[in-house]
Amino acid sequence: MKIAVCVSHVPDTETKVKVGSDGKTIDPSGVNYVVNPYDEFAVEEALKIREKDGGEVVALSLGGDANKETLRKALAMGADKAVLLKDDSERDSFAVAKGIAEYLKSYEPDLVLVGKQSIDYDNLQVGGLVAEFLGIPSVSVAVKLEIADGKLKAEREIEGAHEHVEASLPCVIAAQRGLNDPRYPSLKGIMQAKKKPIEEVDAAKAESRVKVLGMKKPPEKQPGKIVGEGVDAVPELVRLLREEAKVI
Amino acid sequence: MSVTILAIAEQRNGEIKKTSFETIRKAREIADELGGSLKALVIGNTINDAAKELGNYGAEQVVVVNDEKLTHYSTTGYTKVVSEIVKKENTGILFLSATALGKDLAPCVAARVDGAVAADCTELKVDDGDIVATRPVFAGKALIDVKVEAPVKIFTLRPNVFAAGEPSGSEASIEEQSVDISGDDLKTKVTEITETSKGKLDVTEADIIVSGGRGLKSPDNFYLVEELADVLGAAVGASRAVVDAGWRPHDEQVGQTGKTVSPALYIALGISGAVQHLAGMSSSKYIVAVNKDKDAPIFQVADYGIVGDALEVVPALKEELTKALGK
Ligand SMILES: Cc1cc2nc3c(=O)[nH]c(=O)nc-3n(C[C@H](O)[C@H](O)[C@H](O)COP(=O)(O)OP(=O)(O)OC[C@H]3O[C@@H](n4cnc5c(N)ncnc54)[C@H](O)[C@@H]3O)c2cc1C
Ligand SMILES: Nc1ncnc2c1ncn2[C@@H]1O[C@H](COP(=O)(O)O)[C@@H](O)[C@H]1O
Repeated sequence: MKIAVCVSHVPDTETKVKVGSDGKTIDPSGVNYVVNPYDEFAVEEALKIREKDGGEVVALSLGGDANKETLRKALAMGADKAVLLKDDSERDSFAVAKGIAEYLKSYEPDLVLVGKQSIDYDNLQVGGLVAEFLGIPSVSVAVKLEIADGKLKAEREIEGAHEHVEASLPCVIAAQRGLNDPRYPSLKGIMQAKKKPIEEVDAAKAESRVKVLGMKKPPEKQPGKIVGEGVDAVPELVRLLREEAKVI
Repeated sequence: MSVTILAIAEQRNGEIKKTSFETIRKAREIADELGGSLKALVIGNTINDAAKELGNYGAEQVVVVNDEKLTHYSTTGYTKVVSEIVKKENTGILFLSATALGKDLAPCVAARVDGAVAADCTELKVDDGDIVATRPVFAGKALIDVKVEAPVKIFTLRPNVFAAGEPSGSEASIEEQSVDISGDDLKTKVTEITETSKGKLDVTEADIIVSGGRGLKSPDNFYLVEELADVLGAAVGASRAVVDAGWRPHDEQVGQTGKTVSPALYIALGISGAVQHLAGMSSSKYIVAVNKDKDAPIFQVADYGIVGDALEVVPALKEELTKALGK
């Protein structure tokens, strides 16, 4: 199996977002960037499949030099190769997916793994777009995956249920929490990753289609009131919910 | 040139989802502002009666595609149908709800019809003849205003944010269309659907959520959360700490790496209010917190707080609510 796994490089979940001077993106100063958490599930799944069925895992990231750090993490976990699809501009999901799909057209993977969503712009789009650009099927929000005899079975999380999906290969799978428990890179893995080269290729050009007009902070939520302490406060809370908030 | 908006209404087991009413109503408003028209699209099998209901929310015309092969969702099958109808109706604007189905379908359709998606919008307005969408990014820590520049502009609308309004009592006219579904169109096929919550409400669909965290001390105490949720007709949610500990299933997790919710009322019991948790629920209309630590960060976002032991407060709250609601 030739498996491609896409990893994005995002501000960690602790980040306090400040609007940057252009008024359209975040101020990157002091921000700590990490591998997109969902992409760790994608990498883990790719490695598990390779361990079972053999083959090769290539990690892809589209962006600037900083993304090498994220590729390095994928290598440290155990990916065989890493490719940086170089582009320093801001791209929306459409343009990212175009760049990735163009590269994959010549790589011809049997399976493409992505994360459910990038926790920066929360788009949940790259998987579906890449699949359609390649003319192959996709399964999003996957919490279970089984590949046997060239057939793919997955479970996809929907509201209050799981859909059991059968799909043909090649296929794009978007990983959700619950799919697996990502391994920690071993010391040996980290040392080896330092030596593995990261291939650099200019990303195929593509225009962003979702244009950002401006970024703002959401209205500050005012801290409310402490109704009281312990069970004695319960009647007053219920009164407030009924008469003031009118939500019950 | 007058525009037509196409809005997808979603059915499950032959019933239209509530969030589709919200999406149709908003699509109607935007269509009126643009001086255009609105058509709804429902895909499934023998769903004409349910489709007529959409008239209640402003869709006078509903395109229905009935096909036995479309009873259950199929990414490739539905992508084909929606793309064909977009082309046939010559629409440049497509609305969907940002549900599991809408989020899955939107990017696939975008690629096929030469479109692009503004995902999970929480506000839409018309500015100078064009739609400006507001969407939360960085887990709600910032908002961006965007315009879509593509032949087909696609918007997915976050559930529970837009008002469906009162049903008007008018029936939509149904126009059946057929789309050939064969071979490659069913490269993905749903073979089975297993309920994970035994008929319980999903957090993303609930008006009220009762969530529990590590402050409940043990998985055995979660019956308290469930009972309170029952009294309120609410869904049960959880913090990641209790999901990771195996006390609660993954699909109940609220937060940055869980589900994003915006119910009318969110009750956090024994949850500290870590930034990653707040990211998933701070847009709730009202937040109640019960925590024994008066300095817990959850109180920074709570409208009403009780400082105290959840194991004592929750049973009392259940009793008081049962009385108040006359159950
Ligand atoms: C990459 C990443 C992603 C994450 N994503 C998420 C996410 O999606 N969702 C999420 O929830 N978390 C997420 N987290 C974890 C988050 O940082 C917190 O660890 C987690 O939310 C804590 O859960 P908790 O509030 O239940 O537990 P704790 O932080 O342990 O808080 C327990 C609270 O209960 C109170 N308490 C104790 N006993 C009682 C009692 N008897 N009665 C009342 N109160 C009591 C305590 O005062 C405390 O405030 C993420 C973390 C990382 C690093
Ligand atoms: N710049 C990128 N480079 C590589 N993969 C990406 C990039 N952006 C997004 N992805 C992949 O697509 C998934 C979904 O991202 P998104 O659609 O942006 O929410 C992520 O979890 C990644 O696996």
